[in-house]
Amino acid sequence: MQLIPCPWCGPREEAEFHYGGQAHVAYPEDPSALSDEEWAQYVFFRENPSGPFAERWSHSAGCRRWFNAVRDTRTHDLLAVYRVGEPMPEVTA
Amino acid sequence: MTHRTPTGGSIDRNTLLRFTFNGTEYTGHPGDTLASALLANGVHSIGTSVKLGRPRGVVAAGSEDPTSLVQVEAPFSEPMLLATTVELYDGLVARGLSGQGRLSAEPDPARYDAKHEHCDVLVVGAGPAGLVAALTAARAGARVVLVDEQNQAGGALLGVDEYLDDRPSAEWVADVVAELKSTPGVLVLERTTAFGMYQDGFVLALQKRTDHLGFAAPAAVARHRVWRIRTRQTVLATGAHERPVVFADNDRPGIMLASSARTFLHRYGVLPGSRAVVFTTNDSAYCAAIDLAESGVDIALIVDARAEAPARLSTECAARGIEVRAGQFVTGTEGSSRVEAVLVGDQRIACDTLLVSGGWNPVVSLFSQARGALRYDSELGAFVPGEELPTVRVAGSATGELDLTACTRQGRDAGAGAARAAGFTPGGQVPLPASDSRCTARSGLVLWRVPGSDDTSFVDLQRDSTVADVLRATGAGLRSLEHIKRYTTIGTAHDQGKTSGMIAAGIVAEALGVELGEQRPTTFRPPYTSVSFAALAGRDRGELHDPVRVTSIHPWHVEHGALFENVGQWKRPWYYPQPGEDLHTAVLRECRATRESVGLMDGSTLGKIDVQGQDAGKFLDMLYTNLMSTLKVGKIRYGVMCGVDGMVIDDGTVIRVGEERYLVTTTTGNAAKILDWMEEWLQTEWPHLDVHCTSVTEHWATIPLVGPRSRDVLAAVAPDLDVSNEAFEFMTWHDTTVAGVPARVCRISFSGELAYEINVTGWHGLTVWKALMEAGKPYGITPYGTETMHVLRAEKGYPIIGQETDATVTPQDLGMSWAVSKKKPDFIGKRSFARAENNRSDRKQLVGLLPVDPAVLLPEGSQIVETDRLPEPPVRMLGHVTSSYPSAALGRTFALALVRSGHDRIGETLYVPVEDALVPVTVTESVLYDKEGARRDG
Ligand SMILES: [Zn+2]
Repeated sequence: MQLIPCPWCGPREEAEFHYGGQAHVAYPEDPSALSDEEWAQYVFFRENPSGPFAERWSHSAGCRRWFNAVRDTRTHDLLAVYRVGEPMPEVTA
Repeated sequence: MTHRTPTGGSIDRNTLLRFTFNGTEYTGHPGDTLASALLANGVHSIGTSVKLGRPRGVVAAGSEDPTSLVQVEAPFSEPMLLATTVELYDGLVARGLSGQGRLSAEPDPARYDAKHEHCDVLVVGAGPAGLVAALTAARAGARVVLVDEQNQAGGALLGVDEYLDDRPSAEWVADVVAELKSTPGVLVLERTTAFGMYQDGFVLALQKRTDHLGFAAPAAVARHRVWRIRTRQTVLATGAHERPVVFADNDRPGIMLASSARTFLHRYGVLPGSRAVVFTTNDSAYCAAIDLAESGVDIALIVDARAEAPARLSTECAARGIEVRAGQFVTGTEGSSRVEAVLVGDQRIACDTLLVSGGWNPVVSLFSQARGALRYDSELGAFVPGEELPTVRVAGSATGELDLTACTRQGRDAGAGAARAAGFTPGGQVPLPASDSRCTARSGLVLWRVPGSDDTSFVDLQRDSTVADVLRATGAGLRSLEHIKRYTTIGTAHDQGKTSGMIAAGIVAEALGVELGEQRPTTFRPPYTSVSFAALAGRDRGELHDPVRVTSIHPWHVEHGALFENVGQWKRPWYYPQPGEDLHTAVLRECRATRESVGLMDGSTLGKIDVQGQDAGKFLDMLYTNLMSTLKVGKIRYGVMCGVDGMVIDDGTVIRVGEERYLVTTTTGNAAKILDWMEEWLQTEWPHLDVHCTSVTEHWATIPLVGPRSRDVLAAVAPDLDVSNEAFEFMTWHDTTVAGVPARVCRISFSGELAYEINVTGWHGLTVWKALMEAGKPYGITPYGTETMHVLRAEKGYPIIGQETDATVTPQDLGMSWAVSKKKPDFIGKRSFARAENNRSDRKQLVGLLPVDPAVLLPEGSQIVETDRLPEPPVRMLGHVTSSYPSAALGRTFALALVRSGHDRIGETLYVPVEDALVPVTVTESVLYDKEGARRDG
């Protein structure tokens, strides 16, 4: 049972959290201006890297806040957590 | 005849315990295990093997034993326990197993629980290294938890008769334990096995709290407790297991690991037999042989596989008349229910016991679970911990070290290092006890097997897997140990290959001609020893397994014989059968009463979300496919929500409560999901919007009052309310008083009938329900459940999200283009409606189906095909039946279905395979009852 450091609450057990997929995939400014392919990229396609990955997490059984985390997908180590709206910090895996 | 020594062992010889094994009564003493008591009675044959039915006995003295599986029958029947770890109690009844046990048919009456514990330093194993580690960390001021699987501390010391600091080792152990137990912040847990090690210092341990008390176990005390330990630093002092050597017929009862025989002698005062041969590859078996000889066992011969026997130990043996032969091997055994002779080359030596030592395997299971890398130690012939982890240290024989002083020094270093890493400063050094042990040299020969009959050379005794099986696997081209483990099943039994896994790896490496150091060991996984599901479930059983949610009106439903349907965690009335009624007759009656007069149901479980803020309207415009910001205060609108992919995720009504306030309803099962959905968008995409969402599902009791006479009933209980159609229009709401209680009444309908939805605070739900029942008496008011609700809405073609839809259905597929705004520049899902995929003419669309035979009820989920005869497979499926009911209003059965190009197929005949027949059905519009909507206003 991993500990996830919620930026609002501190370290809590992973069972309290909900995973939200890749971070920094913004809702397009004007969806109607996008081609079908561009829209499909937004709806269906996500990165799947081996290594550091910026993801969204929600502390759903705690403060119910969404935040972002950089996780090394090889080790599950959380390299950084940061609040929504903050830029992704530099990390070393 | 007893095989008990006259003195010695930590057993209470003054107390007799009676027990029954395989139907025979025996006695033992407190301090015995079932295995030691059986051996003391000369019983070596425990059970038979799972595949071949060969007799099997006791191989090891502890939890690494591969063979002594028993079923305990009393006080409670429990399968697959090891005789070597069952502590004896008075009245124990057990029998030997043939590989498989039998679960009790009775519910387990025992309690199980779990406890959380946080500490700075966790020490696993209370042998000499673990004790010194714990004491060092405790003296530094760290919060220490020490867990050990035995009923007393001491570890390997329990099985030897050695001195520490010139006094019996038990005294040194007792002193250390006493100091630990009296140190504040230190927790010592006996009978507690750390069975799983996870990330961030999370360790699960199982404590057996009352098993050893047998019939005297207090019912109020949890029998097993799962400790959920979160620690900063861990010291693994998990010891080592002796491993055997494989040879032909190595599985007979009476063939035992040498150190285990020594443990039975010193800890339990039990002799394994009267005449023993010892077969070894290293020094440690000599100590077993010498100790047993001094206790009266005739040691016929020590067969040392090494080219030269150790000089000093050989001299000691010679002094006791024990013959030692170096450079020889045991090549086979004879015997029926027990070993009767050992073959050494062409010589046959009669004996009743064969003691084997093939060296030592460090117990690295937890270290490996913690993702520590393992390294092959070619001198030891075993995998040992590689590099230390930042939070996990290993000490003692778990590192591969055999010398006692070196082990305790490692314990001290690990304890100090762990304390320091946890932020504590170790004070004065804990003195290491002086040891006199003499069988600890690392001078063994690595020997996996003696060539012989491969078919009877057993690698995994529990799985009946032999050298022949391993060679069959490598012969079939398998090279990875993980694959070979699965092919041969070696290491997959209760013992997880504690004594067999390393040998299997060695034989594989030899067969493949590769170095073991290049082989990746199989992954160690939790649990280290067996853990019952009951222990893992703990208190979360029966009605505590999952919360049950009931409405404030629930007691009335129970009192009036409702049957309930589970919707998520909610209990919802399904239908209210009257005497003699089944589901169909009850539902037909409820439907008829509602459409002809008046019915009511408990709709309190409907999800309700209070949405407030300056931007609430703007926010709801993005979430719903239709416009919500234009809704006037006092009005209600039905809305559909889609995902970004344009697929329907929920529907419900939106009530405009005030300029900056809306009340949103969701389907019962989706309430939490939709609140999460709202929060996700608000927090991650539109944090600039001034919107706040709160679940108010349980604040309100909600009662739909439905049918042509609902207006009369409402008028009777709401004297302040003008219920006329002109004053109280469809899709509007009014705050008023109902049955003397403040209420919000909404005019909405999920049945097509004139209907009101009465909302009061949950506290008053039951009162108002009873008042409505009373006021409705003149009209034969009828309570109805979810089944009738489903029929009434299906007759009107209203879909239920999750029944008519999966994650592939759009509002257009449901025939709800009318609920999709053309005016709004954007909302979630809008862009997807323009995708080519969403505009295919052959999408599955919601239609009605009328079986040509009006009495035929189509099973929900049935497939739909185009032809009246099934062609050769694959058969093209057009869709499936989503809802199907008999209808009182239609006087026949009907169904809703998703059908390819369904909207273009109205009037066509299609076919539904039901068992062996193809049932013809006519495709219709989804609305089957009151298409004109004439009944809405009563
Ligand atoms: Zn939080």
